Order: sequence, then structure tokens, then C-alpha cells
Amino acid sequence: MIRIENIYKSFNGFEVLKGISFQVEKGEILALIGGSGNGKSVILKHIVGLMKPDQGHVFIDGKDIGLLKGNDLEEIRGRIGFLFQNGALFTSFTVYDNVAFPLREKTKTSEKEIRERVLKELDQVGLAGAENKYPAELSGGMIKRTAFARALVIKPEVMLFDEPTTGLDPIIAHTILDLIKSLHEHLGFTAIIVSHELSRVFQIAHRVAMLHEGRIWTVGTPEEILSSKDPVVRQFISGVTGGSLKLY
Amino acid sequence: MTWVKKLGGITLYGLQGMGRMGLFLAHTFFCAVTPPLKFSWIIKQIWFIGYQSTLVIILTGAFSGMVLGLQGFHTLNRFGSTALLGPMVALSLIKELGPVLSALMVTGRAGSAMTAEIGIMRTTEQIDAMELMGINPFRYLIVPKLIAGIIALPLLTAIFDVVGIFGGYFVGGKLLGVGEGTYFGEMANYVKIKDVLEGIYKSLSFGVIITWVCCYKGYSSGFGAEGVSKATTQAVVLSSVLILSWDYIMTSLLF
Ligand SMILES: Nc1ncnc2c1ncn2[C@@H]1O[C@H](COP(=O)(O)OP(=O)(O)OP(=O)(O)O)[C@@H](O)[C@H]1O
Ligand SMILES: [Mg+2]
Repeated sequence: MIRIENIYKSFNGFEVLKGISFQVEKGEILALIGGSGNGKSVILKHIVGLMKPDQGHVFIDGKDIGLLKGNDLEEIRGRIGFLFQNGALFTSFTVYDNVAFPLREKTKTSEKEIRERVLKELDQVGLAGAENKYPAELSGGMIKRTAFARALVIKPEVMLFDEPTTGLDPIIAHTILDLIKSLHEHLGFTAIIVSHELSRVFQIAHRVAMLHEGRIWTVGTPEEILSSKDPVVRQFISGVTGGSLKLY
Repeated sequence: MTWVKKLGGITLYGLQGMGRMGLFLAHTFFCAVTPPLKFSWIIKQIWFIGYQSTLVIILTGAFSGMVLGLQGFHTLNRFGSTALLGPMVALSLIKELGPVLSALMVTGRAGSAMTAEIGIMRTTEQIDAMELMGINPFRYLIVPKLIAGIIALPLLTAIFDVVGIFGGYFVGGKLLGVGEGTYFGEMANYVKIKDVLEGIYKSLSFGVIITWVCCYKGYSSGFGAEGVSKATTQAVVLSSVLILSWDYIMTSLLF
């Protein structure tokens, strides 16, 4: 479904990605982990073509996203839901209008049906009753959940979550991850989740890829990562979880 | 030799910037003449650029007219031709001061806000989010501002001119004693439709310049609060300089 081939990217001479390759199969959930500033967000932006690699390719369904233009690019992007790390909500719109925007502008859905779908999504993320608030009036966690609802409302085939739970209190963080899991069971989307919430993410991801020093350091099932003898992996996992990470 | 190198570097950088700005304008015009046009977004921008600027325009218009009346009266008095105060005030305002000062005021009031708005949308990834939804940010953000600028600037300029002419009459006529019939009558004799058109052409082009420069600077602004504040300053300076220099070019072309 998503295939990344050997991408390199530098900013002002500083090399962030140094030959990244990995694949995500259809219906799979891949967790992307790694220290802050390692380029996780940069990778996600390459997948949707917001950034262009200096070298290498990103293929979605066999199509090189870097070469697509106009309607073809729009068509592929229309199938991808993207949760930005900081939400990227439209600050001049209310919560309701933010979530309704992609439906209003890109589909022929009636205003009545839009209302149903938007309210349902907001209810799902625990934001019922906040629909008339503006982003400036929301807490960080509420912004994230609104952005989550906005990404889901178009019923995407691929979901890219950039830290869906960072900044949320533990209860809501778990609700969101559980929601991702149950939505995945219903809708069967393909997903990449960038997260530091390892214990929970390891339970819902099929595979985990760890990014370190601009490369994919290891890829494997959560069990493989947890039992890895690699000192870098061990240090990262115990650093994030205090060494107490167990599955189940 | 290093200064030659530097000069070359600056020149190239400048040319590159101009090229990018040109492409930006061309793309905006292309989006403006192809459907869909977002009417509700255009109306909102006309309200913001136009309606919300009226108070500032009325104030500056009134004082510009009053000072013209005062200066003009004393200057013309030396030649004993205060009867021509009306046409002098009107022509200065309609051909020159109205369009230029309105444009400068709108740059300060609405242009800077435009740059900041778009710049913030850029650094907070709102523009990226739009693109990912398959929504062309030019159609929603830039085109409505351009069209609103083209509509609002001539109207604001007209308000500026009218208020200014009455400001001039207030000082020259009411305070210094030029007759009402002389002031307005001579105006009708001397102000030609060509002069009015010159003012309208100028204000139309200023509407393009302001929205073009301010939107471009916001759209290409650097990251973070620093990037946006820098872009805003640059937008106001560049837009003002372009307004004044384009004004000179237009004046010399229209004569
Ligand atoms: N638009 C940009 N311009 C310049 N440098 C950038 C840009 N975007 C990212 N970078 C740089 O790329 C590196 C990786 O950034 P990225 O946001 O991908 O990190 P991350 O892994 O997502 O970290 P975090 O967990 O903190 O979100 C950083 O050093 C950052 O400074
Ligand atoms: Mg990130």
C-alpha cells in the first residue's frame, strides 16, 4: 500500500533522513517510534507529498507520489486522513466547521447528512457540545481530538497519525488509541501511528519501525522489538517507559 | 572581488524573488478567472478590506483635504487666485493624494493583517492541511483577497476624495472665506473625466499591488512567530515602495 524507497532529505545542509525504506501493507498498522527531532513528522509529510525527497521515492498503490500532479494527486490525497502533530485546525472556523469543511468542499453530501456525520465524529472523540467553540478556546487535547475527527470524517483508507495522544491526559489518550483500534476493526484502514505512548501503541500495532540517526534502525513485530537485544532499541524503550514495558 | 560577488549574489536573489512573485501573481489571476470562485469568502474580504477601513479613510481624507485647503489658500493668495482653490484641492486629491494615501492606509490596516493571517496559517500548517484535503489555498485565501482589493480600493479612494474635498471646503470656504459657488463651480470647470479616470486606474492597480505583495509575503513567510513578523514588516515596506514608484510610472504614462 505504502512503499518508501531510500529517501534522503536535508534542511539547510542538515541531513535529517539518510536513506529511509519501509513498507506498510494494506490494512496494517505500523507504529513509527524514535526520539524527538528524528524526522518522524518529516517522513509522514513525504508520504502525502507535502515534502519532496532530495532522493528516493514514495509509492502509494504503486504510484510515485512525487510525480503526481493535479487531479491524480488530489485523488490519492482524498483517500488519506492526516492528523497533524499540532492539529492544524482552521483558526477562523468553529470546531463544527473545521470537521465539516472537507465534506462541504469536496463532496456533494447534503448539509443534513454532514451534520449527522460531524456530530457523530465529535461525539466519538468526546467533544459533543463543543462544536461552536473556536480553536483558540480549546485546550491542547481538545484541538487534537478535533483534528482527529476532521481526519476521520472523510472515511479515509489510509490514516497517518502524528502523535495522536501527546498532550492528552492518560484516560483520553487511551480512549483515542482504543478508538483507533476499534475503527480499524470496522473500517480496515491502513495506518501509521507516530507515538511515544509505547505500551498502548504496541498493543494495537502490527509492526513497529524505529527511527534512529536518520535511518530505520529496526522493524519488527512488537514482540520482536521488546525482546530485541540491540542496545539502542533497549535504551529507547526503557528510556520512554522506565523499563517497565510489558505487552498485555 | 568579494563585493562583486556579494553584489552578484544579491542581484540573483532579488531576481529570483521577483520571478517567484511574478509566478505567484500569474497563478492567482489564473485561479481568479477559472471556476469555482468562492463568493462568500470574497464578500468577507470586501467587508474586511473595504468596510473596516472606512473610518480610517474618512479621517485621513478629512485631514488631507483640510491641510490642502489651508496650504492651497495661502499659496494661491500670493497670486490673488484663491478662486481656484476648489480645482486645486480636487485635482490634487483625485489624481494623486486620494489613491496614494488610501492605498498606504489600506496597506497598514489590512495589508499587514493579511500577511500575518496567511503567514500564521502557513506556519501552523493550516495551508498544508487545506492542500491535503484537495482544497486549493489560492482559491480560498488569495483570490478572494485580490478580488476584494480590486473592488474595495477604488471605492475607498472615492470616499477619501469626497471627504477630502469637503474638508478643503470647510477650511477654505467656511474658515477662510472662499465662496461656496466659487469653490465647487470652478471645480466643475476644471476637473475633467480624464482626471477622475486616472485616479480610478491608479486605485485599481494599487488594489492589485497591496493584495499581491501582502499575500505573497505571507504565503512565503518563514517559520514561527519570527518568520511571520519579518514577513509582515517586509510586506508593508515593499507594498508602500511599490505603490509610490508605480504611482510615478502611471502618472508619467497617463500624461
Ligand atoms: N520545514 C522545515 N524546515 C527546516 N527544518 C525542518 C523542517 N521540518 C523539520 N525540520 C527539521 O527536521 C528534523 C526532524 O523534524 P521532525 O519534526 O520530523 O521531528 P520528529 O521526529 O517529528 O520530532 P517530534 O517527536 O519532536 O515531533 C528537525 O531537526 C527539524 O528541525
Ligand atoms: Mg513530529
